[in-house]
Amino acid sequence: MILAIIIGMSLVTMVPRLIPAFIVNKIQFPDWMNRWLNAIPYAALGALIFPKIMDVIPGKPWIGLFGGAVAVIISLLGVNVIFAVLGAIGAVYLLNTYEIFHFF
Amino acid sequence: MEVKTAEQQYNTTSSRIHMIRAGAIAGFPIFLGYLPIAITYGVLASQAGLSIFELTMMSVLVFAGASQFMGAQMIMGGSALLEIVVATFVLNFRHFVMSLSFMNRLKPLALKPKLALSLGLTDETFTVSSLHPKEAKMPHGALFYGSLILVSYFSWVGGSFLGGVLGEIIPDRLSLSMGIALYAMFIGLLVPSVKKEWRIGVIAIISMLINYVFILNGVSEGWSVVFATVIASFFGIFLLREEGAA
Repeated sequence: MILAIIIGMSLVTMVPRLIPAFIVNKIQFPDWMNRWLNAIPYAALGALIFPKIMDVIPGKPWIGLFGGAVAVIISLLGVNVIFAVLGAIGAVYLLNTYEIFHFF
Repeated sequence: MEVKTAEQQYNTTSSRIHMIRAGAIAGFPIFLGYLPIAITYGVLASQAGLSIFELTMMSVLVFAGASQFMGAQMIMGGSALLEIVVATFVLNFRHFVMSLSFMNRLKPLALKPKLALSLGLTDETFTVSSLHPKEAKMPHGALFYGSLILVSYFSWVGGSFLGGVLGEIIPDRLSLSMGIALYAMFIGLLVPSVKKEWRIGVIAIISMLINYVFILNGVSEGWSVVFATVIASFFGIFLLREEGAA
């Protein structure tokens, strides 16, 4: 049953990735559409981050937000993504373990 | 008729190797970024009751992080097949739009390599590929993107397997904290682009707010991300210059 779910998930993920390869040569996009397509990944990243980041520790949205803030600060330093990831995991672990935000 | 000299032959081979290496280097940050996230996915999926084989196969066949986290969660919650598949379709439909943009850049390539590359499209491989638009016009450009994607793919699949194995020994409090990894990675991808072009940050924040409003009004998570992405990216038409986001 779980394998059937996985195969279903795979098909509905693959088909939307594939279709543009067939159609894109047949159409010439106007400039405004290229700007729209260029903006898509940034809009998608925004929507994927917020507000879901507040659910990392159920019932403690501040911990997720704080972890996100740590990731932003580390990313601003211009270092590799992995440091942002590890820094955020560490921050969330410490906050959740020591209940620093319990007064919120 | 053109005959290739030994030197020309050598140059093609070396430029192939060069493109593969350059792609692997460009993909290396994704390799490093995926590893902890894939391990996290493996840990969470194994706690959701998936076997190591199942959770690794999901990474092999789906290769889309956010939807795999969601899928594992829904399987644990006892959701039906159709519900999980439709939610995955909705959540991953953004790849259709990304693929349009990616394939538009890859126009110089033949259909076959484009089809292969389209299957390896994720938020991260797309974002990093978009930062390297030049290679599409260079000879053996497909090898550059292919190598970038494969490096990311192996990290994702290998990390998932590793996480599945670790899942049985990691303490709960740590695995819970690992849930932040996915978001930290999205942030890590977004921030460098915002540093270069602040208008990109405006688009991302508009998208966050639209998404928040939809979710507060009871729109399902998957649809909400799709709507917010499409609406907020329209602001890009007015905010970005032609190559502003490239």
